[in-house]
Amino acid sequence: MSPVATTHARSVAFRANWPARLAWLGLAAYVIYATSILDVTWERFQVGLEQGARFISRMFPPDVAPDKLRLMMRGLYESLEIAIIASALGIALSLPIGLLAARNLMPAWVSWPVRLFIALCRSFHQVIVAIIFVKAVGFGALAGILALTVGSIGFVAKLFAEAIEEISLKQVEAIRSTGASFLNVVAYGVLPQVLTRFVGFATYQVDSNLRNSTMVGIVGAGGIGGTMFAAFQKFDYDYLLTILLAIIAMIMLSEILQNAVKRLFR
Amino acid sequence: MAESQQPAAPALEVRNLSKEYRRGVPVLRNVSLTVGDTSITAVIGPSGTGKSTLIRCINRLVEPTSGHVIFRGIDVTRLGRRELRETRRRIGMVFQEYNLVERLTVMENVLSGRLGYVSVGKAWLRRYPRADIDAAFELLETVGLADYANSRADALSGGQRQRVGIARAVMQQPQLMLADEPTSSLDPKTSVEIMELLVSLAQTRRIPVVVNIHNVPLARRFATHIVGMTGGQIVYDGAPADLADDDLREIYGGEDWLE
Repeated sequence: MSPVATTHARSVAFRANWPARLAWLGLAAYVIYATSILDVTWERFQVGLEQGARFISRMFPPDVAPDKLRLMMRGLYESLEIAIIASALGIALSLPIGLLAARNLMPAWVSWPVRLFIALCRSFHQVIVAIIFVKAVGFGALAGILALTVGSIGFVAKLFAEAIEEISLKQVEAIRSTGASFLNVVAYGVLPQVLTRFVGFATYQVDSNLRNSTMVGIVGAGGIGGTMFAAFQKFDYDYLLTILLAIIAMIMLSEILQNAVKRLFR
Repeated sequence: MAESQQPAAPALEVRNLSKEYRRGVPVLRNVSLTVGDTSITAVIGPSGTGKSTLIRCINRLVEPTSGHVIFRGIDVTRLGRRELRETRRRIGMVFQEYNLVERLTVMENVLSGRLGYVSVGKAWLRRYPRADIDAAFELLETVGLADYANSRADALSGGQRQRVGIARAVMQQPQLMLADEPTSSLDPKTSVEIMELLVSLAQTRRIPVVVNIHNVPLARRFATHIVGMTGGQIVYDGAPADLADDDLREIYGGEDWLE
């Protein structure tokens, strides 16, 4: 080796990151272990495929009997109502809750309890929350509305608080320097900076609530889910297909609507 | 309070002001200065010497550690939250990076100078008093942005944004204007135009100005009074004409930069 080379012989441009390599290795080992425990085998998958094909063949043609369609539309409307009411409530509540949770605007004794509350709202899946509300307020749409409202707060308020924590404080400082009250500082210094992101979270949550509102019915919290679950249990697979197609149509429509709303707020 | 109400009273008096962000590391050391009723006071000095902190202690965007700020006979350092807001309404501020609310229109930004006087409901619904709206249009005319009232602030150039920043401050009908490096983000030509605008608006409305500026020729050209700071202390306080190379050497250190 030349003398020049020896002086640089020990400098490695890219150092090996052993802890990270070990972590990847550990993850791979765990996946293999968990697969073996859970009896996940190729044979079972093959048998399952055959059953799946039979199940799908029984779905055709979709059942479009007028009374079935009427029943479906009633469920679908109820789902839509649950989704929209829960979204409106959840998003409206998320605005003040998210603001109170932002650590750059609020003292710690305000933001921490509020963050804890948001974390609580996020802890359980909406179906579990729906079961709790069915037990508390009885079967029907109210339980679904409450469950989805809680879920909406958990999602929108959390992301809204995070968006507020990333705003430029220079604009806030300028508004403060005019002698504006706290609420005016929020209205002019804070909200304009996060409004488009808030609209983004909100429309996403409406979409998510639409999908969730078709599911809470399975546990008796209102909406198309109840009808769908009954169809499953009565082996009415052709009717099930009708319902599934209707849900897909609803979600696609909401997608189009969402884009329009986002364009409106830019 | 002991302050007298005689007409010759200074607009602003800073007495023994100190600020430590961290204990034992003072950024401002015992700063005292007086700002006359219609003066343009330029605070010059190297970066990181506490000029921005000084100017923010005046309207308490930064809380001073000790000392007093007497604005028109009121000790700003002793005010409660509500009185502080009322005092801030009378002090306009212009920023280095304009600090406009980017997503709001030029008009909304100019009218935000009145936010200290408008309730949140009216501010939210943009229900400003007619007089404020007329004044805002007039000011936009004066700063040459009448055609931009409905443009969004983030669509403007740097010089235009600073004009809006100045209009917002003047909109407060302030009795003192603070300007923190108002030209540092601008090209030399625009810098001069912005200083000309700031000074002419201040003089026609008889508003005293305290302006942080590290451009010595600009300070000499526009100020009636120069304060030189270094290491958090004032080392020069006098007329622009008396500012000698020796003073500049003391303020900025070294001398290679003096031609």
